[in-house]
Amino acid sequence: MKAETFSYLPTLTTQQVLQQVHYLLQEGLVPAIEYTERPTARDHYWTMWKLPLFEARAAEDVLAEIEVCKAANPRAYIKLIGYDRRRQTQAVSFVVERP
Amino acid sequence: MSEKRSVREAYRAGVQDYRKTYYDPDYEPKDTDILAAFRVTPQSDVPVEEAAAAVAAESSTGTWTTVWTDLLTDMERYRGRFYAIEPVEGNPEQIMAYVAYPLDLFEEGSVVNMMSSIVGNVFGFKAIRALRLEDLRLPVAYLKTFPGPPHGIQVERDKLNKYGRPLLGGTIKPKLGLSAKNYGRAVYECLRGGLDFTKDDENINSQPFMRWRDRFEFVMDAVRKAESETGERKGHYLNVTAGTMEEVYKRAEFARSLGAPIIMSDFLTMGFTAHTSLSLWCRDNGVLLHCHRALHAVIDRQKNHGIHWRVLAKWLRMAGGDHVHNGTVVGKLEGDRRATMAINDLLREDFVPADRSRGVYFDQPWASLPPVFPAASGGIHVWHMPALVSMFGDDAVFQFGGGTQGHPGGNAAGASANRVALEAVVQARNEGRDLDREGKDILERAAQRSSELREALALWKEVSFEFEGVDRLDPVRA
Repeated sequence: MKAETFSYLPTLTTQQVLQQVHYLLQEGLVPAIEYTERPTARDHYWTMWKLPLFEARAAEDVLAEIEVCKAANPRAYIKLIGYDRRRQTQAVSFVVERP
Repeated sequence: MSEKRSVREAYRAGVQDYRKTYYDPDYEPKDTDILAAFRVTPQSDVPVEEAAAAVAAESSTGTWTTVWTDLLTDMERYRGRFYAIEPVEGNPEQIMAYVAYPLDLFEEGSVVNMMSSIVGNVFGFKAIRALRLEDLRLPVAYLKTFPGPPHGIQVERDKLNKYGRPLLGGTIKPKLGLSAKNYGRAVYECLRGGLDFTKDDENINSQPFMRWRDRFEFVMDAVRKAESETGERKGHYLNVTAGTMEEVYKRAEFARSLGAPIIMSDFLTMGFTAHTSLSLWCRDNGVLLHCHRALHAVIDRQKNHGIHWRVLAKWLRMAGGDHVHNGTVVGKLEGDRRATMAINDLLREDFVPADRSRGVYFDQPWASLPPVFPAASGGIHVWHMPALVSMFGDDAVFQFGGGTQGHPGGNAAGASANRVALEAVVQARNEGRDLDREGKDILERAAQRSSELREALALWKEVSFEFEGVDRLDPVRA
């Protein structure tokens, strides 16, 4: 799969993902996690992993939640989203885990 | 009775100075007025106030002589008013004249009607040597009568599932002469390599070498194949511009029946009536609309005469379009940096404050008209990526035509080079790095892991377009 932002770069290291999450929080975006085992170009709705992390303050919290999602869904693609409620859109979205 | 009689005017045939009726320096513009900033170059023997008043008159109610029927209407209510004048810094031959037009002079939802008034006959008026419309303030009340973009930036991102980065496009080259099947090949290679979109050139319509229906079919095959291989939404701007509206609609309908996510219009050569109809069709049919501005430089490039691009861009946002070409600043085409960035704001923001250092003459509220993606296109390549992301931010489409297909490894390699460069630059920006200072390092580091990017960086190392701009902003007095 070559979809979503950063899919043409080498897989991001944990440290690099952490920096992206840090950016997302700094921008005031709300992090959210989604996953699916069968990604397709036309699938708008992957499965939500819990509710968006409205309470997350530190990038490490978000990363820990991604790990929990991964442990529960070892064969899934996992996507990290940053909701921008002011502009009513996602301002960040990229795949953090590829099985 | 006596009071009423005094309001009545006597009719005197003859020619009157325009300034008597149309110059009103005490006038306070209303929130509902349309305001215009004109750069006026009067003939040498015409007083500046008279020239500016003539502009206000000829673009609203006036004509060259008095007519008796003037006295059958309430001129107070309908006349345009030249209400302020300003010297032009560094050019004593010119003045800036500000004109206020009452809202009732214009038909709702018609850019064309506004054009016929404000940029109509007046531009050929003998008393002025040259005339340029620099900016227009469109009042909220008037904007609310326009449809605006069929979808807007956020909806397009949602439809295509592309977030957190600028979008990448490329115009298929050579501009003219490919067969439909070979053209589709070029599209497929670009898309599978990592572009989001490919694009018909503005002058690709339906020529003998490639009829539109054949092109649409092969191109959509290419789009679908690239989508299924990458798992990513792809599109090609199918140019539906044609000689008649019947033909335009026929092509648009066929594009929709093939599942095309986006079509394209040459909005200036097609004309605002045709374009607005197409834009409404796009909204009704859920098809995105890319707008090419062929013809604009004829109208907007000369500093002393014509219409500034910022006005044409405003009209486009009113008439509707999801993308429109704006400058690149760094590429091969004209466009001052501050002026271009201000126009990006006029396309994307909900409110843009007046700022003469950026060429914005009036506060412009947009009354929730959806935003338009500016497309940066023309002579850009991978080395420009850090500057483009730094200037334009995420909400833009960067179109690398030659900068994709000129790659030694072909279209797919060129597309990958651009996509890697884009993503590396976005990643670095999010990490807090300074794109203007560290751009070269960011690209070279990314190239260590991408042979496609390495080759592109080597090929286009020396290419730049350092020419003095023709249309530069006036200096602003400190």
